[in-house]
This record gives sequence, structure tokens and C-alpha cells, in this order.
Amino acid sequence: MATTAAPAPGQTPTAGGSYAAGEQTGIWSWLATVDHKRIGTLYLWTALSFFIVGGIEAFIIRLQLMRPNGQVVSAEVYNQLFTMHGTTMVFLVIMPLSAAFFNYLIPLQIGARDVAFPRLNAFSYWVYLFGGVFMTIPIFFGAAPNGGWFGYAPLTTMQFSGGLNIDFWVIGLQILGISSLAAAFNFITTIINMRAPGMTLMRMPIFTWMSFIVQFLLILAFPAITIALVFLQFDRFFGTQFYEIAAGADPLLWQHLFWVFGHPEVYILILPAFGLASEILPTFSKKPLFGYNVMVYSGIMIGFLGFGVWAHHMFAVGMGATADTIFSMATMLIGIPTGVKIFNWIATMWGGQIRFTVAMKFAIALVALFTIGGISGVMHSSPPTDLQQTDTYFIVAHFHYVLFGGSIMGIMGGIYFYYPKMTGRYMSEKIGNWHFWLFFIGMNLTFFPMHFSGMLGMPRRIYSYDVGQGWETFNFQSTIGVMIQGLGLILFVYNFLKSKKTGAVAPGDAWGAGTLEWSIPSPPPEYNFAQLPVVTSRYPLWDLKHPEMTAGLAHSGPDAMTVTDSHATPMHEETEYKNAADLGIPMPFPTIKPLFTALFLVLMFSGLLFIHLDLFPVALTIMIGCAAAFVGSLYGWLTSPLE
Amino acid sequence: MSDHNAHGSAAKADHVEHPTWKQYKWVAFWLTLITAIEVWIYYTPFKDSAAFAPTLMAMSAFKFGVVVFYYMHLKYDHAIFRRLFAMGLGIALFTIMALLFLFHKISV
Amino acid sequence: MATAVATAGHDSHAEGHGEHVHYTSTGLENRKIAVWAFIGSECMLFASLISTYLIYKGRSRVGPWPHEWGCKTSAAVAKTRELLQGCSPADVMKPILDIPVTSQSTFVLLMSSLAMVLALAAVETKGTPLPAGAGWWDRCLASSKFWLMATAVMGATFLGYQSYEFTSFVHEGLTIKTNLFGSSFFTLTGFHGAHVTAGVLWLLTLFAIDVKRGLKGKTDVLLVDICALYWHFVDVVWIAIFTLIYLIQ
Ligand SMILES: [Cu+2]
Repeated sequence: MATTAAPAPGQTPTAGGSYAAGEQTGIWSWLATVDHKRIGTLYLWTALSFFIVGGIEAFIIRLQLMRPNGQVVSAEVYNQLFTMHGTTMVFLVIMPLSAAFFNYLIPLQIGARDVAFPRLNAFSYWVYLFGGVFMTIPIFFGAAPNGGWFGYAPLTTMQFSGGLNIDFWVIGLQILGISSLAAAFNFITTIINMRAPGMTLMRMPIFTWMSFIVQFLLILAFPAITIALVFLQFDRFFGTQFYEIAAGADPLLWQHLFWVFGHPEVYILILPAFGLASEILPTFSKKPLFGYNVMVYSGIMIGFLGFGVWAHHMFAVGMGATADTIFSMATMLIGIPTGVKIFNWIATMWGGQIRFTVAMKFAIALVALFTIGGISGVMHSSPPTDLQQTDTYFIVAHFHYVLFGGSIMGIMGGIYFYYPKMTGRYMSEKIGNWHFWLFFIGMNLTFFPMHFSGMLGMPRRIYSYDVGQGWETFNFQSTIGVMIQGLGLILFVYNFLKSKKTGAVAPGDAWGAGTLEWSIPSPPPEYNFAQLPVVTSRYPLWDLKHPEMTAGLAHSGPDAMTVTDSHATPMHEETEYKNAADLGIPMPFPTIKPLFTALFLVLMFSGLLFIHLDLFPVALTIMIGCAAAFVGSLYGWLTSPLE
Repeated sequence: MSDHNAHGSAAKADHVEHPTWKQYKWVAFWLTLITAIEVWIYYTPFKDSAAFAPTLMAMSAFKFGVVVFYYMHLKYDHAIFRRLFAMGLGIALFTIMALLFLFHKISV
Repeated sequence: MATAVATAGHDSHAEGHGEHVHYTSTGLENRKIAVWAFIGSECMLFASLISTYLIYKGRSRVGPWPHEWGCKTSAAVAKTRELLQGCSPADVMKPILDIPVTSQSTFVLLMSSLAMVLALAAVETKGTPLPAGAGWWDRCLASSKFWLMATAVMGATFLGYQSYEFTSFVHEGLTIKTNLFGSSFFTLTGFHGAHVTAGVLWLLTLFAIDVKRGLKGKTDVLLVDICALYWHFVDVVWIAIFTLIYLIQ
């Protein structure tokens, strides 16, 4: 094997992550990048930074609740903390961490050289970064959003929330929505149109499949919250009456529009982690995924059903027996395809030669912990039960099992699994083990007692509680659990930073996996595939190296394809770094235009803040000026050639 | 415009026929006619009948359909485009109906 | 989709880099797929707006109302002027929606879609010699500049009607702040108007390109096609709005 030496340590530019010999480095190369791998790396670093911010918010919340009548923060600050904790973790951490993997993996898994619209991809990232900063900064000035992560109107209207706090939230979410939508159109097109020869839909790796479904959830769910937010902005800034009860408005309008988005959002958060687990489990069980087709169809079914269950978040508002019954049944129904996935994962491990790497442990933890969260979810799909549980810590326990036990565990597994692909080095398994067990124990110690405190009636979002209600022990346990998790997080950050320089060098096929992304060097060269592979089964790399493992799967001969592309060749492994120019592969030009376009867009939105401050001329100047600059840089972008 | 047809089919051998001026003008004719009928019955006593709203909705659904199928050439295009649109439209219609039901505007 | 079709993707990627073509799995254009996905997403956007309008229909506490007669000094509402009892003529509020005017603007927007398809057809056939004995109409049909500009002008006319409509509503006492009808009506139709505005700018950009270098060939057909898809979609949204908001009471 003619392998070029693994890139020398220390050569990595500021933001870390992938690069290959002969590529540009330095700040500029990151600001102007349109390479999906670099953008994925940027997403990863940014989202992990926000993860630390959100984690610190959680830590302060738990310190406040550790003992009865806690005095750590005031009620007002507490409101800001729980609002920003939820908003940060959902919109600035889990979604972008998933986006990091969408960016990095989808093109590699389907055998493409980049996404369909590389510059739009850069634009999505910059909008996310600026929007995230816009929303996070006010907490350092005690002016952060304070209406809860689902910002129920009319509570969030001017009448009840007169400060700038909610403005940051409502504008910030609008901005982040643009980022998610732009990325979603990009990935839909990429997956439909950029697959390598022979990579049929039913041969795509499950991670790509789950991501594909998520993109549809994004484009169909985000418009609902966009409109709900537009109404709220108009109410706050222009005096409309959408949420004005005195004018005859319905207090449930926001709730319905929000949850029309909010329930699909739950699947937007969890399906990518399911996808990552579905890559990790077969690799470390040395077996193809059990029930691939069922896995795909159950994902699609979850996606569709996900649009018909939203009102289960609103059983307590009194929608009437018919509505309650319909939404209750639909919710129970959606448990079925989800349960099917759990059994598929167990069956995948069954009889396999299991290697308990850190990534594998996280993936197995996802299966176990998500099951607990899923079961408590089915409990409150029943309206009578839900009436007891709604707005208590039982719900907090449920969605943390789903989102921490499910999404974060899956994503952590994904990071350990794909780190060698991204950097060319393994993360330390030894520290990783500590990290895993601290997370696993800490997470259960934090969230399991919440089931009990919730059942004993502890409402969520209270900033302090009195002695003698039986909540003391459970709250104390939860706080200790968060401290253990914090320790784990510190170890993770250390491992993540250090392994980039000192980790063991990883080959292209770092774990003996079967999908396309492992058939190229680690980190991948900028062009990904020197020659596009012709795919003949679901595990092309196993076909090549361990044919016995895929003997039972459907295959097609390469001759079945009408391959006319001069770059396409039968499935092979690539080990050398070459120059895209030498290979005759045109690469997109780096460009700073998406960054500026994103910046002007975010500045344009932030002009709305001045309307609240009664500075109409300032607001108008900023918004019109930035809108003009936005359109100008958009024209500049669209009229310059891609490559 | 027979030239157009010949040119079109030569260039895209694997594509089906493309609509032309002949068809376009008929689509425009129907759009105009139905709109005229819609506005006309608005001024007739039929407006107060229970069948008014369903009739109007059927007519506008027809207009919607011809524009999408002929002007947006969905009828002649790849199935992927049809699916992308059908998915969005289907979920949107479902959401509208569900919301109207939840706000007691329609009943089941 | 059992096997990917590798051949169809080729000729469609000329775009100045003739020596290299990108492989696509379906042979379709990336941008066209993205535009259809975008249109699917827009369905949900307008669904949320239309739902809200319909939910709030008849819930306004004060007038003016879309189809009913009202009174500024009392809560009286009636279907006709005659049925409105005990309201002095000075306080009477007319039904707000002006069907004759909106019917005209609807007609203009529908016809703009015809102009749009003709613009696309003109770009597609560009380079084909006109048939022998072609009259002025054939020459007109072959002019993409004419039809692009016609579409943009009709779009702008629609916007003109809309601003006339909005100003006259304001004169009659309905603003976005007046009642739930005002809030949801102006927001819904305003969103649609914003879409038309973006479309007009898009069309004018295409027109400028056509004037500068002439729209021709497969890449340019795509350029016009995606704009056309957007434009027709904005048109069908109006078809729904016209029926649901203006005609049905
Ligand atoms: Cu839900």
C-alpha cells in the first residue's frame, strides 16, 4: 500500500480538523471555505462550544435547585438560564452537531465530491454562527430571553414581556431557521442527485437515510414556526393583534403553530443520532445491519406520522375528547416504528463479534437510554396520565432521556467513531472510557430521580422550592449527577483537543467498517474520491475486504451500470493524497461572499431591535442598508463562477 | 410552432412532449373562464347556498391543478419533482384541515 | 430507482467548463430539484398563514369586516346594508373586500403566468430559425425579452393593484393594527406580495441578462425555468387566496 505519511501534527490550522497535504491553511482558508468537510468541522467546533455554554447554564440551574430555597441566582436570572439552556441545546447544539455530521458524512457516504451547492452550505454555517452569537450574547448582560424554549404567546407579547429579552429570542430563532432551511434544500438535492454510480437509494448508509428524512422534516416543519415567529414579531414591533386576547385572539394559536413545528423537531433532533448508531453498531458487531429495509421504512413512517401528533403537547389545554383521542392514538402509533428500530439494533448485535470500543458503548447506551425515554413518552401519550405529568419534572426526565440519552449519546458515539476519519488520529480510548462511564452514570443519576420528583408533583421551571415536600433527596441526586457529567465533559474536551496532536495514527479504514467513507484516506483529501467508486451493494468496502460478511446481501454486478464517467471505476480503496488539479477534478473556488451575505442578513434582522427602542430612523437605516448590502452580495455571489 | 416540437424532441430524446403555445393558450382560456364564473356566481343568489363554498373550492382546485401540471410542466417532468411537491402540498393540506378542526371551524 | 442513470447528466452541465462534466445520479439539474423542494416548503408557509386567517375569521371584536356591514358606534354586524339597524349613515362601515378590483388583479396575475411560459418557450426555441412565412406573432412568440418584460410588468401591475387596495383599506379604517381581520389579512396578502416583489426582481434580472448577452442554451433554459416555477407557484397561491379569502364568506 503506497500510503503517504499521515499529516504531521501541529500543521492543523486554528479551527482544527481536516486538511490534506497541499491544502491551504490559515484563518482565511476557513473563512472562505466551501469544502463540505471544513464546514462540517466548523459546525462541530461551534456546536461543541455552545454545548459548553449550555452545559454551564444547566450546571447553574442545578446548583440553584440542589437544596431547598436555593439562593444562587434570582428568579429572573433563573428564567433566563432555563430558557437559554433549552434554546441553546436544541437549536445551537444538537441540530448543528447533527449538521456537522450531515456536512462531513453525507457526501462521503454517497460517494460525492461535495454537496450540491457548496457556497450555500458555507452560507448556512455562517448564518448559524452569527445567529447563535446574536442569541447567546445577551445572557452576559442579564438580558437573555426568559420565556421558556417554546416561548408561549401571549406570555411573550409586549404586554407581558416588555424587555428586549424576547426580541433576541424571536429574531434569533428566525435567523437560525434560515440556516436550517438553506442547509436542508442543499442536502435534499445532494442526496437525490450526487450519489455515486450504483448507489441506489436502498443502498445508502442508514445515516444518510435518516439525514434525508430529517431534511424533509426541516423544510416542512420550519415554515410553521417561521410564521408563528413572524406573527410574534409583528405583534411586538408593529402592533398587530395575533396574540392579543382582548382583541379576540386565541391563546392556543401560538401553541398549535409552535408544536406543528415542535413535534417534527423532536425527530429532527433524534433521527441523526439513530443514523450514527446504525453505522456504529454493525461495524463493531461485524455484521450487516439487521433489517435495513425495515429501518428505512420505519424512519419514513416516523417522518410522516410526526406531522400528525403535535397536539399531544397540549392535552392539558382542554381540546376536547375527540381531538385528545385522535392525537393520543396517533402518538401511540408512532411508538411502533420507533420500537422496531430498537429491536433491529439489538438483533444487529445478536450473534456478532462485538468490540466494546468507546463509540460502541455510546451507541449501546443510546439504545438503552432512548428506550427508557421512549417508554415514558408512551406513558404521557395517554391524556389522563399526561394531565398528571404535564409541566412536572417527569416531563423533564422524559425528554432528557430522549435528547441526552438518545441524541447526545448517539452524537458522542459518532464523534469517537468519526474522529479518526476527520483528523487522521484516534481519540484516546482510555480517557474515552472514563468519559463514557462518567456521562452514563452522571446522566442516569441526574435524570432518573426527576421521574420521582415529578411524580411527587415538582413543577418544572420553578426556581426554588420549600422543604418538606419530599423533593430534597431527588434534587440533590440530580445535582450530583450533573457534576459527574461535568467531569466527563471536561475529560471529553481534553481528549478531543489532545488527540488531534498525539492520538494514534488512523488508517483510512479506521475501524474495519463497510461503507464508502472508509475507503478513502483519513483525513480525506479535498476532492474526496480520486475516482468515483461504482457501488454494487450496501457495504461496498466489506465486499472488497471481507466478502464473507456480505455474502447474504443483494448485489449487482458493476456491468449493470451505464458508467460513462471517466472518473468512475469499480469499488476500490484509495490511500494516496493527490492534487485535485493533477487529477483534473475542478474544485470550487474559496469565497468570502457567503460569509458577508450571511452577516448582512443577520444585521438586517437585528435592526428590528431598534424599533423596540423607539429609534425608527436607526432601525430603518440599518434594515434598508443591510437589505441592500445583502441583495448586493447575493448578486455578487450568484454571478461569480463556482469553479 | 411545429418547429419547436421537432427541436424539443430531438434535443431531449428521453423526454416526453413539451406543451406549446397551443396548449398554453387553452390553459389561459380556462383560467380566465373559471375565474369569470367564480366572480359571476359571487353576485348571484347561489352565493348564499350551501354548495357555494365547495363549488368555488373545486373550481380553484382545478385552476391550481392546470397551472401546476401544464405551466409548471409537472405532468411532463421527472417523478421526483411530483413527489417533492406532493409531499409539501399533502402535509400542508393535512395541517390546514387539522388546525381548522382543532379550532372548531370544521367538524368530523 | 433500481439503477442510477449515468448518461443523462452529461450534456446538461456545459456552463463554460466544457471539458469537465459532473456526474449526477438522476440526470436532473441540481437547482431544479432544490427549487421544487423549496416550493414544497413554501406550501407549509402559506398553509400556516391561510390557516391563521381562517381560524381568526369572524373573531374580530371591532370592524371593519371583510364581507359584512358594520357600525362604528355599536357592535352591530349585518350581511346587507338594509339589515344593519340603528346605525347613523356616518358610522356605517362597508364590507372591506373589493371584489371587482381584486378580480382584475387576479386576472392580471393569471395572465402573467401565460407570459412566463411563453418566455420560457422562447428561450428554449432560441436558435431555431423561424418557419417560412412567419408573421409578426411568430416573431413575437420567439422574443424572450418581450415575454420576460411582459411578465415582470404584469407582476408589477398586480403589486400596483395591491398597493391601491391596501391604501383604500386604510382610508376605510382598516390597518394591520385595527382588528384580527386586519392583522391576518395584511400579513397573508403582504407575504404573498413580498413573494411577487421578489419574483419581479428575479424576472428583471433575467431580462437584464437577456439584454446583455442573450439567454440561450440549456443552462439558460434552466435559469428561466426555475424562475418560472417560482412565479407559477406564487400564482397558484393567489388562486387559493382569491377563493378562500375574497370569494368565500
Ligand atoms: Cu411531541
